[in-house]
Amino acid sequence: MAAALWRCRRRCRALLSRAAGALRARRGLAAGPEMHFGFQTVTEEERREKIYQVFENVATKYDVMNDSMTLGIHRVWKDILLHKMNPCPGTLLLDVAGGTGDIAFRFINYVRSARQRQLQRKLKHHQNLSWQEIFESYQKDKFNSLGDSQVVVCDINREMLKVGKQKAQHLGYSEGLSWVLGNAEELPFDDDKFDVYTIAFGIRNVTRIDLALEEAYRVLKPGGRFLCLEFSHVSNPLLSRLYDLYSFQVIPVLGEVIAGDWKSYQYLVESIRQFPPQEELKAMIEDAGFFKVDYENLNFGIVAIHSGFKL
Amino acid sequence: MGGWQQLYPGHIPTSPLQKALLAAGSAVMALYDPYRHDMVAVLGETTGCLALPNLRDKMKNHPEGYRILQERPRIRLSTLDMARLQGLPEGSLGREYVRFLEDNVSVGFHGVQIPVADPCAGSTGEIGAMELNWTSLDLQKVSPDTRMPPKFVDDEELAYVIMRYREVHDLMHTLLGMPTNMLGEVVVKWFEAVQTGLPMCVLGAAFGPVRLSTRKLQVLATELVPWAIRSGLNASCVLSVYYEQRWEQPVESLREELGIFPPPAVRV
Repeated sequence: MAAALWRCRRRCRALLSRAAGALRARRGLAAGPEMHFGFQTVTEEERREKIYQVFENVATKYDVMNDSMTLGIHRVWKDILLHKMNPCPGTLLLDVAGGTGDIAFRFINYVRSARQRQLQRKLKHHQNLSWQEIFESYQKDKFNSLGDSQVVVCDINREMLKVGKQKAQHLGYSEGLSWVLGNAEELPFDDDKFDVYTIAFGIRNVTRIDLALEEAYRVLKPGGRFLCLEFSHVSNPLLSRLYDLYSFQVIPVLGEVIAGDWKSYQYLVESIRQFPPQEELKAMIEDAGFFKVDYENLNFGIVAIHSGFKL
Repeated sequence: MGGWQQLYPGHIPTSPLQKALLAAGSAVMALYDPYRHDMVAVLGETTGCLALPNLRDKMKNHPEGYRILQERPRIRLSTLDMARLQGLPEGSLGREYVRFLEDNVSVGFHGVQIPVADPCAGSTGEIGAMELNWTSLDLQKVSPDTRMPPKFVDDEELAYVIMRYREVHDLMHTLLGMPTNMLGEVVVKWFEAVQTGLPMCVLGAAFGPVRLSTRKLQVLATELVPWAIRSGLNASCVLSVYYEQRWEQPVESLREELGIFPPPAVRV
């Protein structure tokens, strides 16, 4: 009974703050100095700082927490993102808010096996070459196991990048991987550079989403693809209630028990509720100039992949 | 009941379901990773809903305890006048307390995760500001549940009571003459379990001995625990003692006054 009342109060508060901040905060435009940080109202500068601190605190336990909160399902979501991307060898990927490298490592694995298949096909067609010629072509390709593919991991948070680099070393990823400290709202890259831009579970934490989308458009080559994997809104009412219950009751507890940090995970679940739903994000992406913008719901809208092209 | 308001700095309001999950989760984590002192603290807070009001009422009914609840003294290393305490005569509470801290503290900071933003963090934040010779503490040795400020107690006065209990823990060691090794800690937990009735103390007393050797278990069972229980039952409420005003008092005399029997002559 008390729990239901408590939840009801929370909902009312959420609705109120959402209504108040709706016009301003929703489109990522900070008209006036107020923005949302979870369910709190803060200035733009405060928000950036708070979010930086959140990720500084959780960096070392980020992966463990992801596994516990989503019961490992986040791995499937990220795999699906890569399958949707379907990169071929030679692709240049920019992974923004890529922190601990999950997308980057998956990209490298994907491209590596794509490259293997490519080489095998090539060999099959070389049936009437001499052994010497086959050997030489094999040697030439052997040292190019990624086929010139590259991934740049960009993150605004030093701690997350640090964890990512350590992971890369530990797992043995070195080729075709670079780490850059940068802000999604102001990327340190030239125009028209990348084939694919991804941002997985990061755009929610960007303070000015519109700027991030514009930057994404800028750094992509013509024909390049924008992919965004993010928590979104569940429309099914029963599922939505269960999801809310799990999010607000269990996740902060997991944060406290596993990472010793309740508040960061409270922020996480609140920020998911504050983030624009699927259609609205689609509109924002279109506003930035992307074409053929579409989204795919995963797990009934708990997570959505938005995709757009720079044409 | 835990409403939406933050009742004191560092307070995180929680629903009954969350408290239950926290209690279960912290118990498991505390057993799985004994270095997670914050989990022991959380366990204490989430399970103390019956024992803490009792304790508070005991304090209220005692003149000195009542004063403590009014004045809310805090035993923080940064507020203690260590020089003065060191200068006190041998056998006095202050001198023995300082000796206890010196004996059981070693260089080497154990990275316990403590919320950074909390202004009244009675542990690392305060200790870092000290200008003593020993500038870093191995919190693991000083206290198993540290002096972390409470987060999940939904009453401001009870939050103080549990904070007081944590801060007075070292003095328990001094009063009982127990060092901070595993055996000593278990003995103190038995004493505290009888005195306070906090489920966390009971659990600690019950599960603590699991990691001890047979010889120690024998000493524990035959001499130390019976003594701790007898003293705990006989003694008046140890939280109702205004320790900060009794530094000069000899430990022996304080023991007698409280009703704690002399510790058995065993090497702990």
